[in-house]
Amino acid sequence: MASHGIKDRIAIVGMGCTNFVEHWDQGLDDLVVEASEQCFASAGIGKDDVDAYWLGTAQGGMSGITLARPLQLHGKPVTRVENYCATGSEALRQACYAVASGAYDTAMAVGVEKVKDSGFQGLNAHPVPNDGTGRTLTAAAMFSMVAPAYAQRYGVDPATMRQAMAHVAWKNHQNGAKNPRAQFRKPVSVETIINSPKLAGDLGVFDCAGVADGAAAAIVCRAEDAHRYTDRPLYVKALSFVAGNGSGVSDPGYDYTTFPEIAACAADAYRQAGVTDPARQIALAEVHDCFTITELVLMEDLGFSARGTAWRDELDGRFDLDGELPVNPDGGLKSFGHPTGASGLRMMFEAWLQLRGEAGERQIPGLADRHGALALTHNLGGYPGEMVSFVAVLGRQLG
Amino acid sequence: MRGITAWSTYLPYRRLDRSQIAAFVGQGGGRGTRTVASYDEDPTTMAVAAGRRIAAGAPDLLLFATAFPAYADKTNATAIHAALQLPATVPAFDLGASARSAMGGLLLAARSSGRVLVTAADVRGGLAGSADEAAGGDAAAAFLIADDGAGAPVLAEIVATASVTDEFVDRWRSPGETRTKTWDDKFAETTYAALGRRAWADALAAAGIQAGDVGAVAVAAPTARIAASLAARLGAATVVDDLAATVGNAGAAQPALLLAALLEQAAPNQTVALVSLADGADVLILRTTPAVTERRGETLARQLAAGGPLPYGKFLAWRGNLHVEPPRRPEPARVSATAAARNDAWKFGFVAARDPQTGAVHMPPQRVSADGQRTDQMEPQPMSGVQGTVATFTVDRMAYSPSPPIVFAVVDFDGGGRLPIELCDVDAADVAIGMRVEPTFRRLFVQDGIPNYFWKARPVRG
Repeated sequence: MASHGIKDRIAIVGMGCTNFVEHWDQGLDDLVVEASEQCFASAGIGKDDVDAYWLGTAQGGMSGITLARPLQLHGKPVTRVENYCATGSEALRQACYAVASGAYDTAMAVGVEKVKDSGFQGLNAHPVPNDGTGRTLTAAAMFSMVAPAYAQRYGVDPATMRQAMAHVAWKNHQNGAKNPRAQFRKPVSVETIINSPKLAGDLGVFDCAGVADGAAAAIVCRAEDAHRYTDRPLYVKALSFVAGNGSGVSDPGYDYTTFPEIAACAADAYRQAGVTDPARQIALAEVHDCFTITELVLMEDLGFSARGTAWRDELDGRFDLDGELPVNPDGGLKSFGHPTGASGLRMMFEAWLQLRGEAGERQIPGLADRHGALALTHNLGGYPGEMVSFVAVLGRQLG
Repeated sequence: MRGITAWSTYLPYRRLDRSQIAAFVGQGGGRGTRTVASYDEDPTTMAVAAGRRIAAGAPDLLLFATAFPAYADKTNATAIHAALQLPATVPAFDLGASARSAMGGLLLAARSSGRVLVTAADVRGGLAGSADEAAGGDAAAAFLIADDGAGAPVLAEIVATASVTDEFVDRWRSPGETRTKTWDDKFAETTYAALGRRAWADALAAAGIQAGDVGAVAVAAPTARIAASLAARLGAATVVDDLAATVGNAGAAQPALLLAALLEQAAPNQTVALVSLADGADVLILRTTPAVTERRGETLARQLAAGGPLPYGKFLAWRGNLHVEPPRRPEPARVSATAAARNDAWKFGFVAARDPQTGAVHMPPQRVSADGQRTDQMEPQPMSGVQGTVATFTVDRMAYSPSPPIVFAVVDFDGGGRLPIELCDVDAADVAIGMRVEPTFRRLFVQDGIPNYFWKARPVRG
């Protein structure tokens, strides 16, 4: 078995991202047009200059025509991909590999989701006809089972656990408040977060990601061609993907305190990128904070915190915007919002802005000038025990 | 000698205090409690609950009686057959949707040959404040009737039966409706009194005994008043309590329920009788054997003691008499008939797969072992009788449910196997890690007229 990766062979040379909000006045076509136009302008090229397209949308439409029609792409190979909430990352991953294979010179990945046309709260999957024996729980309920299991295993008292989870939401709302594209742009107090109405288990409204419409896009090319398009490309250091076999929901050995798919995916990504000490080598991380407890556990699965200590690191402010390792400086799913198919590319967009020094009010000081600075994006789909995981490592310098 | 070789009853967990009714509606209600089938139960699931306690060793025939069937046109007994994992060659028949049907099943089984499993279940209701709502009760019972020497000893020999049939309209309900309408009570009372006395005399004559030889009699009737009025005139030594104060009148299941009560209280070598008044009168005279007291199992008294209270508002909502705002989430899609047919051992029988190499239990069953090493080497692993322990749990206040919130747990089953599964018959506040639970066959929801039957887990009580 081999996972060689494509370190330094591919560069991101243009990106775009819409605002993530409840776009009552914009449809899926509007969102992909806006994100794509931003992206073309960012790379300084037109749609005919892009050789192949990948569209990531979980439920926005079927086939590549969902992108080819609104953009009026003529005679282009366009592929629609879906991989749960990691759909946007999957689109980028396919685009990168296509160019790395030599099949194309340039490729574009577009992620989009028009979530808010359903009339329901939260995210809803279209069910495949089935025998009626599957779970019908919300994602919040599935993830809510992690918090008590984690607290019990590591002896964290409920009040402290509650504070640590609230800190995740507090931090991400603080960051989102500085982000003009984010869905929620107001800081929220820890007290408000803790006292919010419970949706599932101990997870309250403020423990859950925002649900928004949006789109994001990236154009990639061979690393050696990158400077034709921009003087500040982002080089792809690692792209890793792991689809779990669902063992956690059927294996009594799984204890709901970790996400093994993510730990495996991160280890693979670090191998590809040559990262040996992620807690020190990663300068910023965009992670899949679908629920506050998720971000907390991710810090351990991604190797940023030792097992059983992420709650303390969160409370110590280590992952705050001015902390040692800023996590979700753009506000994360929590306050940026979560249009399923777009979120993975939105994470890339923040890495793009931060490493290029374009993040404005929330720019991590000195990051753009730090030689060898690495950003990580982590995108997951599914539930504890039954999950897909994506991890990317990106940097501004080759080598 | 032909007779009853096994019996069991099932009382749903919830109890409605009848005094709540008048306080809310301004009429109806009364004293005592009645049993209430959960929103996820119907006569089919309740018949499974009763039947699975005695179905070990396949019967030759399965009969199912209820006045409130989930399906018309389609047989309901086949779902019971599937849940009990009976061989495909065992026929399964519904007995029609009348209050007389369960007694009919018992009498047919008495006259039949081979091992006959008779199941009866009913969910009783009516409009808010009605007499049926208060007096009704939900219950199920099952009987195995067979010849002596066919595996299990006869516990009560069938000595004689008698029937009188009459066409008159005392209670009626159109298919699909929930409200049973009634004619003048006095008409029913006088008519049934005459029918009952005639059948009783015929049965005694057939048995060659006098009324005084009958140690105990149970009378199932449309109302407690009709039952009491006849019972007082029969001349049997004792009259078995009709459970009106605790269970209520279980409709089609009432004669089966009272027969179980009769047998639970019977002494060895005692003559006992069941009289059922519905569209005529049917009498069953039995003589218990010494084995009758050796029967073990879940008694009515034990089940009555284990019940939990239900607020009247929930009762109304569960019966569709009060429309409660649902969570703003999509309703589930109807079950795919083809997918369900492919997976019926899992869906109805709760049969998992066991990897003989590693012993790992796969829930749901899979063709490829969890370690990825072997294909198509699994063995069936029945889980319906296996208890488990709650590993972790949650309460989902947002997901669709016919009765939110969903209480949900990850359950590790004894001997292997884990399944995230919905809990039932429990208040969310009472769930804890480490709680012991057992599988129970339930109706998850109904969509497009198709009940979605599958298993949940409920606390092990007592």
